[in-house]
Amino acid sequence: MATLVINGAERSFDGDEDMPLLWYLRDVAGLTGTKFGCGVAQCGACTVHLDGTAVRSCVTPMAAALGATVTTIEGLSPDGNHPVQVAWRDLNVSQCGYCQPGQIMQAASLLKENPNPTDEDIDSAMSGNICRCGTYPRIRAAIKQASMGDRK
Amino acid sequence: MTDHNERSLAVANVSRRGFLAGAAAGSLVLAIGLPLDAKAQEKKFGADGMPNGWRDDPRIFVSISPDGLVTVTCHRQEMGQGVRTSIAMVVADELDADWSRVRVAQAPGDEARYGNQDTDGSRSLRHFFQPMRRVGAAARAMLEQAAAAQWGVPVQEVRAREHAVLHERSGRRLDYGALATTAASQPVPAREALKLKDPSAFRYIGKDGLGLIDNQDITTGKAVYGIDARAEGMLYAVMARPPVFGGRVKSVDDADTLKVPGVVRVVQIAPPDIPSEFQPLGGVAVVARNTWAAMRGRDMLKIVWDDGPHASYSSDTYRAELEAAARKPAKVVRRQGDVDAAMAKAAKRVEAEYYIPHLTQAPMEPPAALVQIKDGKCEAWACVQAPQATRTRLSERLKIPEENVTVNVTLLGGGFGRKSKPDFVLEAGLISQAMGGAPVKVTWTREDDLHHGYYHTVSVERLEAGLDERGMPLAWLQRSAAPTIGSIFAPDPKHELPFELGMGLVNAPFDVPNVRMENPEATAHTRIGWFRSVSNVPHAFAIQSFVAELAHAAGRDPKDYLLDLIGPARIIDPTEIGDAWNHGEDPKLYPIDTGRLRQVIETAAAGIGWGRNLPQGHGLGISGHYSFVSYVAVAAEVRVDGDRLVIPRVDIAIDCGPRVNPDRIRSQMEGAVIMGVGLATTSEISFKNGRVEQNNFDSYEVTRIDTAPREIHVHLVASHDYGHPLGGVGEPGLPPVAPALANAVFAATGKRIRRLPIRDQFLA
Repeated sequence: MATLVINGAERSFDGDEDMPLLWYLRDVAGLTGTKFGCGVAQCGACTVHLDGTAVRSCVTPMAAALGATVTTIEGLSPDGNHPVQVAWRDLNVSQCGYCQPGQIMQAASLLKENPNPTDEDIDSAMSGNICRCGTYPRIRAAIKQASMGDRK
Repeated sequence: MTDHNERSLAVANVSRRGFLAGAAAGSLVLAIGLPLDAKAQEKKFGADGMPNGWRDDPRIFVSISPDGLVTVTCHRQEMGQGVRTSIAMVVADELDADWSRVRVAQAPGDEARYGNQDTDGSRSLRHFFQPMRRVGAAARAMLEQAAAAQWGVPVQEVRAREHAVLHERSGRRLDYGALATTAASQPVPAREALKLKDPSAFRYIGKDGLGLIDNQDITTGKAVYGIDARAEGMLYAVMARPPVFGGRVKSVDDADTLKVPGVVRVVQIAPPDIPSEFQPLGGVAVVARNTWAAMRGRDMLKIVWDDGPHASYSSDTYRAELEAAARKPAKVVRRQGDVDAAMAKAAKRVEAEYYIPHLTQAPMEPPAALVQIKDGKCEAWACVQAPQATRTRLSERLKIPEENVTVNVTLLGGGFGRKSKPDFVLEAGLISQAMGGAPVKVTWTREDDLHHGYYHTVSVERLEAGLDERGMPLAWLQRSAAPTIGSIFAPDPKHELPFELGMGLVNAPFDVPNVRMENPEATAHTRIGWFRSVSNVPHAFAIQSFVAELAHAAGRDPKDYLLDLIGPARIIDPTEIGDAWNHGEDPKLYPIDTGRLRQVIETAAAGIGWGRNLPQGHGLGISGHYSFVSYVAVAAEVRVDGDRLVIPRVDIAIDCGPRVNPDRIRSQMEGAVIMGVGLATTSEISFKNGRVEQNNFDSYEVTRIDTAPREIHVHLVASHDYGHPLGGVGEPGLPPVAPALANAVFAATGKRIRRLPIRDQFLA
């Protein structure tokens, strides 16, 4: 039976390999922190890390996730204190909060690849993540704060 | 009897939104034959005027556990405005609680117990600041009484401070936890006897520095929204709904659907009667073991639809209809002086027509709800703005007594008015009933959300002004043509309701001697619903754009002209200029204060550096608008960069009276600017042959981080003392954004924007 590792735990899977990872996470694994927003990789609410890279789980079939390591918002840090999560709380980034798991996963991925992003880098990395409440100014500020936190 | 009840409920719903506060509403009530007693005719304002009013009994809203944890029950719904944090701040401050030991529980839908729960209209703190202060103060008094009794000292000798009651003379101190049990049996103090804090002693109210109560859950993925609700044995459903409003299933072939692994059953839901109010659109539900299987099953359905009476609804031809209506005399909704005579003697006449398309709220969490029915009892978990209306409608539709219906409110992943309508919860209820009561979660896809919404109205606003020698208007004629939200409640109404006209049209506070405003007929061909700020969006766009056009015609600076048009600081009774609604508030308590409007305009202008020299291709625009009894102005800088419109900076200034949670006021203004940029520049819902043309965020474009203003500066002006009434915050930031941007585009390019969204019109 095929397996994948989610947040450090190995899970087996024998269902429809066309099923997007998003629905496996939410409906089967019960990890509802990863959100559905569009289903077509237009909004970023479903962003998770697949082997360390940010992907849209709504268009990632299980076939591509089997054998891989998946990190969701629930597993980003053992105590919820990843520098991005801390910065998000410090600056009260969230309004409704629904898109924020995806934003946080995308931001964590950005900072891993680019510890000191410019505004343009942030625009480029984050423009696939929609926030309808309009938290972008604080997302930008929180990414910068987290990047400084990383350097300390 | 049943018939009478249904009528009562229909009206209760209508009144929920303040229809009854409007002048025309009395006739609405009479028209459907409800008895009117003398009391119902008394005009009530604010929370008193809302269904089920307010409560301030601490036993309803506060509980303290023996370990001292204070739980505040929030009866208003959280959709990003921060209300769970802000309500808790108010209670905790008066209670003298330690913020780190405060938690929030969410009330289920039960207005008899909690008072009005309909979370819209920017009303939560405006209506519940004082009741929640009293809740905290009463709970504090009960803790003091309990401590005094335990120590056998007069209650005057003890006082609460920082989560404990102290007896200074003896040095004794008891934590709230130690007093919790005995305090609960103390008599609740009389309202008149309560001692509210002097605002100088506030520790939380009006202060920054407290984190959001849901911060930890949101940032770790533990926060639960409607779409996240789960129950043992839950089934998952998606629905195929009629592609045209008013359509119905002619035939359905579900053979291929039932072959999809995981699909359990296909269930039909009947179309609603028209007006359809909050009822589901009907259609075909696919019930499955997971959402993916349900979606795949839906793809396999072969449905033949009867499109019904709106199959020819197309936005381009409808726009022409609205324009034709706006070019003819129509129902007068405000009249002051003699516009025709003044026009005849004007030195110059200016006219313009503006078009503001349908929009949809598109909250990031699409509509979703879980319902189960067990032992005759219905339980829902749902992201709803109006849980009591949800409960009532579930009870009616499922024929389960209301006392056996529980609506648990989750967090809302955005609302913006969409989740005021519980149609999606009723779908889950009906499907659950068809499945023998099994827990069923209905999830709307983004396409469902865009195709089957309750859309922001579509408007043509025609304005005409006659200017004097100095270029100031002698006469102002405006026609506002837009299908009304009343069309979901009543059969084919043709005119805007008082609450729509009172959103920035008839209450425009300009110093113009002759004013006539008219409301031509318009027919709704789709579901029209509340969208954040509602009719203020088109009214503010048209009026504030037109003011800038008049300034240009007069050869004057737009900011100076706007201030002159508003005129000197004065107090206007809105009922005297044709607005009997006044956002449901007492016109004595909430008159229009043009001084406050002037001040926000001057503040935003100063913030952005109005009048400074700008590089080529840059422009500044300004607007100011009064809505939800708050005053907001926006000053925007735009830059045209090739075929792109860039927004380097926006300054937004709000005067919302006394502040409870300044950080959340700022965040609401930031969010309003960003949503406003989207509706100004890219967002549009259009119809062709009755069908919405946009499918997802690739065609319904909203603001992204790279199209958002690079800088947003929020100015909170004119802090009032806490004896003043509070203004709204959630909505009033939005209306002035689009006209400020359009005016900035004109300043940058000389291209006047009269149609939203702007898209690339500045290139033409």
